[in-house]
Amino acid sequence: MIEGILVEGLIYSILALGVFVSFRVLDFPDLTVEGSFPAGAAAGAMVASALNLSPNHFAKALAVPAGMLAGFFAGGVAGFATAAVYHRLKVPALLAGIVTMTGFYSINLRILGGKPNLPLIVNNPMLNLARTFTGGLLPPDLSLLVACALVVLLIFGVLVLFFHTEIGIAMGALGDNENAVIQAGIQPGNLRTWGIMLANALPGLSGAMAAAYQGFADVNLGQGVVAAGLATVMLGELVVRSQFISVQLLRVILGSIIFRALMYAARSWGYIAGITPNDLRLLTALLIIASVAVSRYGRKRR
Amino acid sequence: MIRVNDIVVSFGIGGGQEHTVLKKLSLVVERGQTVSIIGSNGAGKSTLLNAVAGTVPVRAGKIFLDNADVTAMPEWQRALYVGRVRQDPLAGTAGDMTVLDNLALAARKGPRRFRLATPPKFAREMEGKVAQLGMGLEQRLKENVSRLSGGQRQALTLLMAVLSRPSVLLLDEHTAALDPANAEMVGGLTRKFIAEFELTALIVTHDMKRALEQANRVVMMHEGEIIADLLGAEKEKMDVAGLVRLFKRARGAEYAEDRDLLS
Repeated sequence: MIEGILVEGLIYSILALGVFVSFRVLDFPDLTVEGSFPAGAAAGAMVASALNLSPNHFAKALAVPAGMLAGFFAGGVAGFATAAVYHRLKVPALLAGIVTMTGFYSINLRILGGKPNLPLIVNNPMLNLARTFTGGLLPPDLSLLVACALVVLLIFGVLVLFFHTEIGIAMGALGDNENAVIQAGIQPGNLRTWGIMLANALPGLSGAMAAAYQGFADVNLGQGVVAAGLATVMLGELVVRSQFISVQLLRVILGSIIFRALMYAARSWGYIAGITPNDLRLLTALLIIASVAVSRYGRKRR
Repeated sequence: MIRVNDIVVSFGIGGGQEHTVLKKLSLVVERGQTVSIIGSNGAGKSTLLNAVAGTVPVRAGKIFLDNADVTAMPEWQRALYVGRVRQDPLAGTAGDMTVLDNLALAARKGPRRFRLATPPKFAREMEGKVAQLGMGLEQRLKENVSRLSGGQRQALTLLMAVLSRPSVLLLDEHTAALDPANAEMVGGLTRKFIAEFELTALIVTHDMKRALEQANRVVMMHEGEIIADLLGAEKEKMDVAGLVRLFKRARGAEYAEDRDLLS
């Protein structure tokens, strides 16, 4: 149970890191994630399934990582679409995201070959990968956890480094004060486009991992992921306060694990309070409201 | 060098409420010259600065910076030539980022690279620069800018505007939102930086005394046109009372009460 929560928390923390980049770093309320997450899942599932059928052992071993890479790029493409609509047509960010998310529902169906879902393979491919990773020294559940932790750690490290580069600093300034970025002689549109692509590539990668983990990709996988991601980001902010980007990124991961634990608790023991799995969305919404309310109250007190 | 040739700037084009703010305005500012721009509200002073910086488009005419025709360039591209400070101390800095990160953003103009923004060597260099402001900010490089006072933030914005050694500095009432002591301090820093970096500067101000002190040329605007241009000996013997007289004569007697607005 605890391994399940941690693995899910880690996989979905990559999604939440994307939400953090758009909502917090870029100050760009991006709903594209509802399309880029399932796009990553679909692309990842297709690539992983294709490679899994290959007789070549090397290709087989690389099935899931290659799927994750495909998911990363598929998400990036969705982000690019939103950025292009936003900049070319000068529509509000929310509308640009809704347009892409709506369009990608059909694109995702096409990626999945016209079917609403696609089973990956019989065996859990993620688990197989994790086992080869740890050389069978650890029990399967733990291998999976270690593999996910390594992926998240890698992404965390790269993001921390990125936000300390010139481009990363400029991206942070863009969400804070666009004028300061313009004064520095930087084209704000291009910078924002790269940022939105990153903010959707991460959910794409997360989607590919989620598909591999649960053994299938589903076109409806994206429903509610923006709210879940936002709740995660806010939970993290509630638990840890910091102005340092490294801590801010770390608390997103922490928030994700807490969020999954809360959802697990609601699913497992919610019946005591009459909560059914149908109520999880309501819980997510209430969680966001509670997070905002508490942080407002806390700020006043300070 | 700034060369403005017959520029026309209008607002509300096609809306039936068209209002021409700058009417075929021309101005040449030589390299190293500091020009104070004065005039009542609505004279077009800020619009002139916005036109030079590229924040508002011109309908006709040309703008040259350092002999390059920048008329068609977007604001971010023109920023390669231009350093700018506005009235609002919040306008030029990213508040949720540290002093050092803001300096890293401003230290160099143009596209960014995948390279560490604030290596230790850069931080040491900036400590020296920030110490020039005389506010103890060199101890607070890792603090967020939002924690600075208005005066400190405006002084930092000024340093950021000159740090990359732009050829042109545009200051739009940059001390107007500050208390007298801070205004005096930022005004002093302005003179210091203009001299140190040999900048060509356009300074919009309502403060007649400072307009005369800080610049070697004073341009008076009224209803989108330049009505007086004082330079050399003519500027040297001018005083605040003389400026007000000049202004009244140009506007006609009906605006006699504008003395209050100007002094």
